[in-house]
Amino acid sequence: MIQQLVMYEEELQQINNVCEILHRDSNAKAVLLIDKNGQAMAQAGDTHELDVTSLSSLTAGNVAATGGIASLLAEKEFAGQFLEGEKTSYHVSIVGQRVILVVLFDERSSLGLVRLRVRKAAAELTNILDVMVKKSASGSGQPSVFSEITDDDIDNLFND
Amino acid sequence: MSFINYSSREINCKIVYYGPGLCGKTTNLQYIYNKTNPEAKGKMISLATETERTLFFDFLPLSLGEIRGFKTRFHLYTVPGQVFYDASRKLILKGVDGVVYVGDSQMERMEANIESLENLRSNLQEQGYDLDKLPYVVQYNKRDLPNAIPLPELEEALNPTKVPSFEAVAPKGIGVFDTLKAVAKLVLTELRKGG
Repeated sequence: MIQQLVMYEEELQQINNVCEILHRDSNAKAVLLIDKNGQAMAQAGDTHELDVTSLSSLTAGNVAATGGIASLLAEKEFAGQFLEGEKTSYHVSIVGQRVILVVLFDERSSLGLVRLRVRKAAAELTNILDVMVKKSASGSGQPSVFSEITDDDIDNLFND
Repeated sequence: MSFINYSSREINCKIVYYGPGLCGKTTNLQYIYNKTNPEAKGKMISLATETERTLFFDFLPLSLGEIRGFKTRFHLYTVPGQVFYDASRKLILKGVDGVVYVGDSQMERMEANIESLENLRSNLQEQGYDLDKLPYVVQYNKRDLPNAIPLPELEEALNPTKVPSFEAVAPKGIGVFDTLKAVAKLVLTELRKGG
């Protein structure tokens, strides 16, 4: 079975920091970190007007489709993607083979700058993710609350 | 692969509706979307052709409420049912936490039902999953049609492992929420086992 990913406070703070710095240093509009299944993990910048949930799901679908194309062409992975819009451009890169880093930017930035800053952020994120994966595997971060869930707890969710 | 965020106290789970073309997977999601409070749902996304056949997937994010202080969020996906979209179906199964198989009750769709069920099993295997170990429920849709096959026959052909099954008429909502609740419960129960 594929391993479950658990996000703890400490790693989230580190990830948020990396996203904030990337947002600032690349002059981006927004930065999103999404897991490959389409769940948003972290965000920085101007995201309040974005539909982050939908954007995450579509980005993950897009990356999955691109990955499918890569394997048909006997490529391991296309590590990045860039879509140029009139106002907003969209830069996607895969980090540590498990999460997707999205940078949205406009004319205040450039593809070259974004690429440069993403490279640095990706290296830092890879290290944090490695720790996260190890913690998720050992479950040592915090005691799981889920082992205490009762049938009643689950039933209560559906009492509408 | 459910994603648990201790920091924002959220559990995110992925449920995939699978089944042959035109069996009503998208209709299930549309009904759920229409009947859910605005604060509990996000935007429903359908990547469909001009003739409203699912091209890649439909997506509906739902919040079911809190459990022990954790918000439970379910991401519902459908796959494209048409046979030639197999590559897309495989992608959507990645990271799945629970599966709903939607069968078409009509006699003339039995072959398509069986083919789709076999396809589900083998595509899951390719991703390293075993259908018999996943939270999994079956829905028999289109029970209102005159050419619907009797339930015992459907059960025998499409539900040999006797997982929870539901009769449905998706456009009218019959059986839609029962199916969703059943799979969501199984997913949460599985989470408890792993916890």
